[in-house]
Amino acid sequence: MTMRWSALRGKHVARPRARELLFQWEALLVLMLVATILIGSSITEAFLTGQNLSLASADLVEKAIMALGLTLVIIAGEIDLSVASVLGLSSAIVGATIDAGVPLGPAIALALLAGALCGLFNGLLVAKLGLPSLVVTLGTLALFRGLAFVVLGDRAVSEFPLAFTDFGFANVPGTLIPWTVVVFAALAVVTFVVLHGSWIGRDVYAIGNNAQAARFSGVEVDRIKIGLFVASGTLAALAGVVFTARFASARPDNALGFELDVVTAVLLGGVSIFGGRGSLVGVVLALFLIGALRNVLSLEDVAAEKQSIVIGALLIVSVVGTNALRGLQERAARRRPAPSRTEPSMEGGGGR
Amino acid sequence: MRPLARTVPVPPPEAAQAVEPVEEVRFGGRRLRARALLDVAGRVREAGIAVALALFVLVVAVIEPRFIEPNNLEEILLSVSILAIVAVGQTLVVLTRNIDLSVGSTVGLVAFVCADTLKGSPGTSVVLVVLLGVVLGAGLGVVNGLLVTVGRVPAIVATLGTLYIFRGLDFTIAGGKEVSASDVPDAYLDLATSRVLGIPVLILFAAVVVLIASLALRRMRSGRELYAIGSNPEAARLAGVPSGRLVFLAFVVCGALCGLAGVLWGARFATVDARAATGFELTVVAAVVVGGVNIFGGSGTAIGATLGAILLGTIENALSILKLNPFWLQAIQGAVIIAAVTLDAIVTRRLQRALRRARARR
Repeated sequence: MTMRWSALRGKHVARPRARELLFQWEALLVLMLVATILIGSSITEAFLTGQNLSLASADLVEKAIMALGLTLVIIAGEIDLSVASVLGLSSAIVGATIDAGVPLGPAIALALLAGALCGLFNGLLVAKLGLPSLVVTLGTLALFRGLAFVVLGDRAVSEFPLAFTDFGFANVPGTLIPWTVVVFAALAVVTFVVLHGSWIGRDVYAIGNNAQAARFSGVEVDRIKIGLFVASGTLAALAGVVFTARFASARPDNALGFELDVVTAVLLGGVSIFGGRGSLVGVVLALFLIGALRNVLSLEDVAAEKQSIVIGALLIVSVVGTNALRGLQERAARRRPAPSRTEPSMEGGGGR
Repeated sequence: MRPLARTVPVPPPEAAQAVEPVEEVRFGGRRLRARALLDVAGRVREAGIAVALALFVLVVAVIEPRFIEPNNLEEILLSVSILAIVAVGQTLVVLTRNIDLSVGSTVGLVAFVCADTLKGSPGTSVVLVVLLGVVLGAGLGVVNGLLVTVGRVPAIVATLGTLYIFRGLDFTIAGGKEVSASDVPDAYLDLATSRVLGIPVLILFAAVVVLIASLALRRMRSGRELYAIGSNPEAARLAGVPSGRLVFLAFVVCGALCGLAGVLWGARFATVDARAATGFELTVVAAVVVGGVNIFGGSGTAIGATLGAILLGTIENALSILKLNPFWLQAIQGAVIIAAVTLDAIVTRRLQRALRRARARR
């Protein structure tokens, strides 16, 4: 037990040596991102322009916001497939309430509350009833999307207060940075601090590594899991608000099918699907990488679905790659026999 | 484990799951009592879905008698045939504690390739096209199987990747075109409409698939070994089960069944573009889960998955025949998934408790 804990702490407290840093997945992501930017700027002049980067980053915002919550959930060993449906429900609620004459503030608050409740529902089913989150959130994927249709029907609301759509379209005065990106950046910082600098983050990793051991060590597993699902739901609802503002359109089928894109970004960021391993930096880098790749390909007139081949291949290669890297890393550290799957083998770099 | 557990006042629910008393006893040939209990568990599960289905049909039939007219019942079965075929394939994979998220993309890709082949050379015999579809699907399954077994990529990640890749290939091949009913020979469309002995061929296809899979899972050695792998991969390996080969095979068969489903998809919907069967994977997993197949492997049947598919299809049909707002459909399906797995968890927990009592008595 003590070994596991020290191994866990190693991830957050001890700094890896330079040679180990080279073997980190994050370092590879940076390299791939730089390569994409270099290649992108050499094949099309339209890529490295402020205007293009501004638009491209705005396009990522909703998925990026959802990825923040999902990162925590997956590191804790669970999954939330319902995020895109919560986004749709939140968008429908904002649309329906504003259409009914409710002021902007309460409308947004209501949407966020609904998102939190959706997350609470997921969390209670997973933590209290012990149901597998894959199945629960597959069910609520359909349920919440259905509720979005119930709330708004097949209408689309496109009349919004100017302040709201301005927030969606406008940049920070004097820059090319969209306001929505600022919102994401602020949330990312908060999430980073929670995950990598607080007891909550340590508990999240502990749960993901071995929920039972974490429970025996006094971690409030159920409460944390429920909290994570609530956070994921609330963030997805916020993404719904941003989406609605950005497109000035509230439709129940907004962001249909986005959940798999978000899962892909998180996994590409190096987060283990089995939980317990991964970092927010990796996820944010993966988001940038996906955004840059898609943007370059779009500028080259490659259809979005064909771009997906690249993203899918990258996802698979990333896992095969990290498997291989881990092998190298272990050889570099001259470790004895390979650790079993549940052990946090990336962490705790040898001998410290 | 024991001494540690005793120091903790409340035993955590995970403890019960992690130890998996139900699954582990599958191996012990001498633990007949446990085996008998397990058989009951399996039957309870299928019976549960069947009863739920029957009750649902009864209630809807009382409100709207047209619901149980033979025509409508046949329509329901027609609409779930393709889903059932893929759900059976998915069951094979899920039993081994894996998952195939690429089924929707596989179905779509095969549907387009087959329809497009017939458009290009209308003389091709339909049997050949069915073969083409099955082989193509199996080939895509080989990719998944290799990634999971040789590449050691977690199935959910590997097949999420191939979900995108296969769909992307579909778009690359289709290039914005679509194949419509007038482009393909009637013999192909007949696959979905013709009858043998008064039964639609589409339903026969599904019935044969379900029957064969069901028998194989019950009677064949490798069928039983799929359960062993999913129950406890490590124990299965130690017991000499060729896990890698069987998991690979499960993915290939799943791919082949998706291929068959793809051919039938093209015949049934007549108009195929690169978007065919988008998002189908989630419906398939839903059917499998509602059908009582444990998402963590080790338990579940082909019949169960089929019943799950039929239940989902029946609900969809009932909503339209009751002229209820179609907007409720998704919400209700979601609620059904959650209700099914909640009930299943409760029943399983009870059985586990009974099992533990039975073991304690010995």
